Amino acid sequence: MTQSARNSPHVATPSGVPLVEVRAVTKNFGSREVLKSLSLPITSGEFLTLLGESGSGKTTLLRLIAGFEQPTSGEIWMAQIRLDPLPAHQRPVNTVFQHYALFPHLSVRENVAYGLRVKNTPTSEIPARVDEALGMVKMSEYAGTRPSKLSGGQQQRIALARALVNRPQLLLLDEPLSALDANLRKQMQSELKVLQREVGITFLFVTHDQEEAMALSDRVALLRNGTLEQIGSPREIYLHPATAYTAQFIGQTNLLRAKVANGVATCGALRWPTRSANPATTFSLRPEAIELSTNNSGNSDSHDAVSFTATIHQQIYGGSSELLEVDCGANQLLRIRVPACGPLTGQQNFSFNPADAIPVREDPS
Amino acid sequence: MYSRAYKSLASIPPLLWVGIFLLLPYALMFAHSFWQVRDGFIVHDWTLGNYQALFRNPIYLQVLFRTMRIAGAVTLCSLLLGYPLAYYLSFRSGARKEFLYQLVIVPLWVSYLVRGYAWKTILGSEGVLNGALQYLHITHAPLAFLLYSPFAVVLMLTHIYTPFVFLPIYAALENIPRPLIEASQDLGASPRKTFLKVILPLSLPGLVAGATFAFVLSLGDFLAPLLVGGPSGTMISNVVQSLFGAAYDWPLGAAISVSILAITIALLVFTERLERRWSFK
Amino acid sequence: MSATRATRRAPFLTLYALAVFAFIYLPIVVLILYSFNRDGVGGFPPRHLTFAWYRQLFADSAIWTAVLNSLIVAVGSVVLSLTLGLLAALALDRAEFPGKTLFRRLVLLPLILPGIITGLSLLMFAVFAGAQLSLLTVFLGHGTALISVATTELFAGLQKLDRAQEEASLDLGATPLQTFWHITLPNLKLSLVAAGLLIFTLSMDEIAVTFFLIGRDNTLPLEIWGRLRRGITPEINAISTLIFLGSIALITIWYRLRTHAQRGRFS
Repeated sequence: MTQSARNSPHVATPSGVPLVEVRAVTKNFGSREVLKSLSLPITSGEFLTLLGESGSGKTTLLRLIAGFEQPTSGEIWMAQIRLDPLPAHQRPVNTVFQHYALFPHLSVRENVAYGLRVKNTPTSEIPARVDEALGMVKMSEYAGTRPSKLSGGQQQRIALARALVNRPQLLLLDEPLSALDANLRKQMQSELKVLQREVGITFLFVTHDQEEAMALSDRVALLRNGTLEQIGSPREIYLHPATAYTAQFIGQTNLLRAKVANGVATCGALRWPTRSANPATTFSLRPEAIELSTNNSGNSDSHDAVSFTATIHQQIYGGSSELLEVDCGANQLLRIRVPACGPLTGQQNFSFNPADAIPVREDPS
Repeated sequence: MYSRAYKSLASIPPLLWVGIFLLLPYALMFAHSFWQVRDGFIVHDWTLGNYQALFRNPIYLQVLFRTMRIAGAVTLCSLLLGYPLAYYLSFRSGARKEFLYQLVIVPLWVSYLVRGYAWKTILGSEGVLNGALQYLHITHAPLAFLLYSPFAVVLMLTHIYTPFVFLPIYAALENIPRPLIEASQDLGASPRKTFLKVILPLSLPGLVAGATFAFVLSLGDFLAPLLVGGPSGTMISNVVQSLFGAAYDWPLGAAISVSILAITIALLVFTERLERRWSFK
Repeated sequence: MSATRATRRAPFLTLYALAVFAFIYLPIVVLILYSFNRDGVGGFPPRHLTFAWYRQLFADSAIWTAVLNSLIVAVGSVVLSLTLGLLAALALDRAEFPGKTLFRRLVLLPLILPGIITGLSLLMFAVFAGAQLSLLTVFLGHGTALISVATTELFAGLQKLDRAQEEASLDLGATPLQTFWHITLPNLKLSLVAAGLLIFTLSMDEIAVTFFLIGRDNTLPLEIWGRLRRGITPEINAISTLIFLGSIALITIWYRLRTHAQRGRFS
């Protein structure tokens, strides 16, 4: 298994070897601490997303790796080379900017060729590589156009081509899809994913949209206030959130702050068996983990399932599913997602598997 | 990194040039104002005598105050002409706005001399205006006050500076977000009220900027008086000019220049504060 | 812009605006008209229109020498002011150094100060340096005074520059110098040309500073000025008309460039 993704264009999965290591990087802007001793390994060939709210430090981290900012302390390594002392133009890293930053005075072809030209690539090589890059993003017919004549989605592809043509070891993408409208966004998401698999280059993607992160990534790194909250594959993060913040940021959840005694957790009107030893534990219970009990209780694990009764407060129709807001008594509200079932009212029976109540850490923000 | 080295390198030539060709000359002028003239030569004896001469001499003071009155009149007239013009262009001109704007700025860059000369030919006793008035039998003899008077200077300078005053006012008016005006109307204010309570206050920084420009430049103008001012229209810069010419007293001339400079800078600082206070950002 | 339909027409304002336009343009119109008047610059109405004064103008070698002198000084001033102005604008936009505020004020001072002060200061400096007054001193005076114009225009141009483009260039491997040459400068092209036109026009028309720095060779404005002393003829109207037409051409180009720069870039 070769280390350099560049030489193995058909590598479909991350090789497990770290390409980039961010080591205890801190970044201050004046008195503001934006990144707090953050450490993060980026595996060669993976699609890693930095996810977080605005202010979480994700863009700053990206810019540190690109070389537009310097870390206040800490180191950034890429394959035995220490990156942070190097100026941006000497790093084997390329960026796709949020607003594309295409050069308006150059044609599409000239834009894409730019990186090759300034590094004195032999002129004979350039046209072939530019054509290859344009072909990858399906923009070959626009080679002679000026960027200002292109739509947002088209400009984004050119920005991608311009970066990829240089065969960087790492591609940084700074919220590249945020300026596109919803349908185009979905289309570009799948194209990006396919492209990354084909080309095999490590992608570091920044977004605040958790659905996007989940759809695209091999791994998601959730940042919060300059620290790494959790990192893992989308499935891991979704099914096994480590903290309440993660559970709430990714998808929706019900946070049950329960008292635990003798193997039983109690929260309001709900009681369920748990292995947690902590007398005060917060649990995350996803809305889709709760089922509507029919009279025949079709749940096969019904003897493990915990049942409760609740009053329907609100019902939001979502096409294939309904989102119910229910009152378990004493104003304990839960959100429950059930398959489409027609209007519900009054008191209903619900059940859930206690294994789906995941204990999470709750840190003060 | 090394882009910082480039930045510092790039700053040096302009810094050097400005130091040698601006700072040094202004400093020289400042120094000269404290020196003296003896027997036709400039002597480097330091004294406050020139300033004393300036402030004790009634003639100089008279000219200075006349200059300030003229500058004030020019500013006022330019505002009276320029503001409504800017308002019209910004709010009422519709599709013709671009074209009209070009129309206003063109004369701005047409030679000062050309425009001053035009007034000279128009205002003279044999000039076009008198000729027209007599031709139309409105008057029977040439009006003398038209030319070679403070009136002529004010007229000419207003003509020069109205476009100057127009520009920042227009820019300020254009920057007023139209939704603010719609909101004012929506809340029931008449056009007049909307103007007084919304548009005018928000355009004040531009107004102050334009007025300052017109006042300061009129204050130091020496060409207009030479063209159309005559003896009764002499302004303080003409005094300076003659002190550097026939009347050969550079130190005194420098002292007066420095005084003009001081007034100018004081005004600029004052109006900068005003602009900041009124800029509602 | 929906505000145009806002209220009823304002006839008084329209008339007033028209009057102001008339005030601004009538003197020039009169000037042009009388350049064709056989009987001189005054009187009313102009009779006997003729091209004679223009013919006299074209044969007037002193004027054309002065025009040449002005052109030399103007072109030189453009080069000098743009170069120094660009460096000054870059320094103000990107560099931090002690005395930056003082520098900024100093650079902009000649714009707002009456020309006589700048002219006299430079005169004193010339005497101090033992220099002879000539076109060279005029050139240095114009160049210095007009750096402010260049700096202002180019600074505005730099501010409008998309910083991300320069970062993209670095990201793609271009050195800072390459980035400046390939990306920054082309994006400033419009600002540079606009500033250049402006400086050219201002230099051609400059009197106040020139007045005190002129040697034996006259620039055009000073040549005209000298003639005004001797007595006015419609020949002066003729040259003034030509100056007026030339200015219109230049300023129209300048304006087109400016609006193109402000509009054209983003789709």
